[in-house]
Amino acid sequence: MNTFDTNIQLVYILAAACFVIGLHLMNSPATARRGNQVSTAGMIIAVVITLVLLIHDGTVTAVGWTVLIIGALLGSVVGLYSARTVQMTAMPQLVSMFNAVGGGAAALVAVYGYIHDESAPGGVLGTTSVFTVLDVIIGSVTFTGSLIAAGKLQGIITGSPVMIKGGRAINVALAVVALGSAAFMLTTASLPALLLVVLASLAFGVLMVLPIGGADMPVVISLLNAFTGTAVAMAGFVIQNWGLIIAGALVGASGGILTKLMADAMNRSLANIIVGGFGTGDALVAAAVTGDAQIRSIAADDAAIQLAYASKVIIVPGYGLAAAQAQHGVAELAAVLESQGVEVSYAIHPVAGRMPGHMNVLLAEANVPYPQLKEMDEINPEFGRADVALVIGANDVTTRSARRQGTAISGMPILDVDQAKSIIVVKRSMGYGYAGIDNELYTNAKTSMYFADAKKAVADLTSSVKTLVGA
Amino acid sequence: MSTALVTDLTIFVLALLVGIEVIGKVPATLHTPLMSAANSIHGIVLVGALLIGLTAHTTVGYILAFVAAFFAAANVVGGYVVTGRMLKMFRRKAQPPAPAPAPLNGQAQDRPQEVRQ
Repeated sequence: MNTFDTNIQLVYILAAACFVIGLHLMNSPATARRGNQVSTAGMIIAVVITLVLLIHDGTVTAVGWTVLIIGALLGSVVGLYSARTVQMTAMPQLVSMFNAVGGGAAALVAVYGYIHDESAPGGVLGTTSVFTVLDVIIGSVTFTGSLIAAGKLQGIITGSPVMIKGGRAINVALAVVALGSAAFMLTTASLPALLLVVLASLAFGVLMVLPIGGADMPVVISLLNAFTGTAVAMAGFVIQNWGLIIAGALVGASGGILTKLMADAMNRSLANIIVGGFGTGDALVAAAVTGDAQIRSIAADDAAIQLAYASKVIIVPGYGLAAAQAQHGVAELAAVLESQGVEVSYAIHPVAGRMPGHMNVLLAEANVPYPQLKEMDEINPEFGRADVALVIGANDVTTRSARRQGTAISGMPILDVDQAKSIIVVKRSMGYGYAGIDNELYTNAKTSMYFADAKKAVADLTSSVKTLVGA
Repeated sequence: MSTALVTDLTIFVLALLVGIEVIGKVPATLHTPLMSAANSIHGIVLVGALLIGLTAHTTVGYILAFVAAFFAAANVVGGYVVTGRMLKMFRRKAQPPAPAPAPLNGQAQDRPQEVRQ
């Protein structure tokens, strides 16, 4: 490594330091924006120094410059457009797409590296080829896996688990083909082997995500995020670039942590989620409990009275709220209640929404101040002091059967909604949540059911409260 | 094992540990922006895509460089813009005055400002 190359590497380390500082600043909503700016600055430094290196090296052909510049510009336009226009409810799809292209790009870097080495005189393959094959495999799996995940989230592909007959056996076969060809690639320079690895990995990605149900998406996205990071780090090994290695490792760590948090929040092991199938067997156990239990239904006016005369209200938002685009209405209702001196806070379950922290973003978009957004551990002791718990479009995260043995979600940490003095559940129908089990909360004597679309229900509640208090 | 490889592995492992330490402290409220920020950071693969250009002089090489640059640029630009968009929405109170956006360049050496908690 000559002096120039060393200096370049040092600049990449500076960029990587910016990434670490940027992520560190994300430990509080107050500093997070600055964190993103620091991280952006690091990225600009990394890209600029790479351009300096390309110019200094002088071996890039005119065609080379053209394809790089046009490719990067087109990509920037697409990225910018989607980032500017995406709805916050569609955030998980977008993140998934970015995982896909990031993983895809990392795989392509390794594919190119291999083809280039292979065509070199003698076709010598160095020690980096272990990382080359790992990058190709992980990157390709991430690419198709993330596309499928995005398709499921967007509703292009059905959200329910797609079980292919013998899918597991096919997956094992694909893994064997990919790993076998990869091992062959390490000993003998072979383009067909590379092609086989790519194809088997792409197919594996599809079959890995297809059988996973919509409710498990927070875990899947986190896992694919970790994969992308790992693929990028492997690409860093392939091209001997510390910037990529560090950035990839950071993302891998982030994805890994979130994967674990999400899996814990559902009390499911990662293996269990990947193997797939929610509520396929033992879920029926809970169904017998309700039987002929009474369900109390309530109208907007009565619910409004409860809310307006409460001193503490806890709102429990679920994905139903986001799906109905009711987050703005809820924020308005909360504002009206607060103007009457009611203490309002939001209880956010870790898996509320379709990706980690999704519900917080949706409520932040609706101008809900973030100090009102309470995490599960923080809010659970407060339910006992709440006059009303208003559950909107949330089901499984409030299901008491999670506290018993033998149900599909046994052991899943839940919000202690039933500790509140009274409970209002806004729900379209008595339908099941993703886990497909009855919710005993609905037959609780303290619970009133308000059957309506979340958006309409919230609007009606708000106007009823306003009439009541003469606002 | 070559020295270079050992160095690379050392950097990888340490960065992984730093990542676990730093990211473990991010509150659940910010998990979506965090994942989006991580997303933009893996956009650094753009550097890898650009470096293909150094040795590419066949059609296959050019195609790979083009697609990789396209993917990575979409990743990095989209990632940072959407993260910024999300973070802008996190407010302490319902309607504070919007703070003036700080310029992007030249902040690398800035010390992060103390922000009132």
